[in-house]
Amino acid sequence: MPTFVYMTRCDGCGHCVDICPSDIMHIDKTIRRAVNIEPNMCWECYSCVKACPQNAIDVRGYADFAPLGHSVRVLREEEKGTISWKIKFRDGREKNFLSPITTQPWGKNIPKLGELEIPDKEALNSQLLCFEPDALNVDTGLPVLDKAQLKEGVYY
Amino acid sequence: MITINPFSELSEFIPSIAMQVYVIAMVILVAGGTMLDMAHKQSAKFFFRNSEKAKKLATNPVSAGEKASIALKTVAEDVLTSGEFCNTKRRIAHLLTMYGFVIFVTTTAIMIFCYASITAITPSILPLLWHIGALMLCVGGYWFWFFIRVDVAVEGNPWYRVVRADLFILSLLATATFSLIWSYCQASNVSGWNTLFFGLFVLSSTVLFGGVLWSKFAHMFFKPAAAFQKRITKADGSRENLPAPADRPEQFGLGIKREAPKHY
Repeated sequence: MPTFVYMTRCDGCGHCVDICPSDIMHIDKTIRRAVNIEPNMCWECYSCVKACPQNAIDVRGYADFAPLGHSVRVLREEEKGTISWKIKFRDGREKNFLSPITTQPWGKNIPKLGELEIPDKEALNSQLLCFEPDALNVDTGLPVLDKAQLKEGVYY
Repeated sequence: MITINPFSELSEFIPSIAMQVYVIAMVILVAGGTMLDMAHKQSAKFFFRNSEKAKKLATNPVSAGEKASIALKTVAEDVLTSGEFCNTKRRIAHLLTMYGFVIFVTTTAIMIFCYASITAITPSILPLLWHIGALMLCVGGYWFWFFIRVDVAVEGNPWYRVVRADLFILSLLATATFSLIWSYCQASNVSGWNTLFFGLFVLSSTVLFGGVLWSKFAHMFFKPAAAFQKRITKADGSRENLPAPADRPEQFGLGIKREAPKHY
């Protein structure tokens, strides 16, 4: 079962609520701390784990993939531009990883993809783009999300 | 008004012994509620179990002297300056509310136990601090209630949505607000209204101290213990299985943290 929150570490800042792509991290009504309201829908993307400034969120991997006794913990340090993983296997082995997550300051030199030209019919039929899925909806426009489909009053 | 002890005038109608018994009863309710809360949630059992787990993973044993120094640091940074908060507004609001509460409760107890008679001459600093404490509580508390509460700020719920987690802050705000209104009515001799607001003040403070089992009140005892234990895990190298901070310079600025989590 996926993400869970250590209540003694959570200070209720809401970063995990904001970042969860499945809209399943929310605030508990009794203790005003973060809670995963639907572990079945969690796909362990680790967004909330990485976003939590107190490292209060951990993941219990699904048992067919990660048997009991393991530990996978991550530390994302955006000011240093690094992400560190510590993986402990249940036989006692430990692996540590340190990777970069940016090579230039955040917020600078972001490519403005929206300002690029939409590919014309000839470009779509070219060797480069001919296998792009129809879901690009270049002719019909992007799909719109219905607010009524969303849980817990999250509005986009 | 702010240098007049409202409890000395009150002693004409309510004997000071009754006020003192009430204060002691509230202390007992808080202690009892906290102990019942701990027994119900088995917090102590899990806390010590986690400490044992961390000790097994420790790479640098921590001596008693180092533990004492960590305890002092916890008090100085996490308790006295609410250092665990990453968000500045939340930190300031919490400091206002915390110190307002401490000043308000301490001066209430001093005035009730030492100066609750009509002939007593209360040093003006005490009622002044009492009013300042209540004001600090109101400023920090209302700011938190309307703007900072995470279910309002991050989930987009309206400020008037009330859930069980709001029991503590609402009873705290009610106590502080009614105490100030009562003090004003008492000083202005608005009879009838001063009795009403005194009654509401007592009711809200009874809910505040009596509701410990159901509210977040006891966090003021649990959080320092949790903060101390967290510092111990950093000192002994276990770090709750987290990787060590990377040995790299901080050179890229803030990423996702430069925006408030308000994308609702």
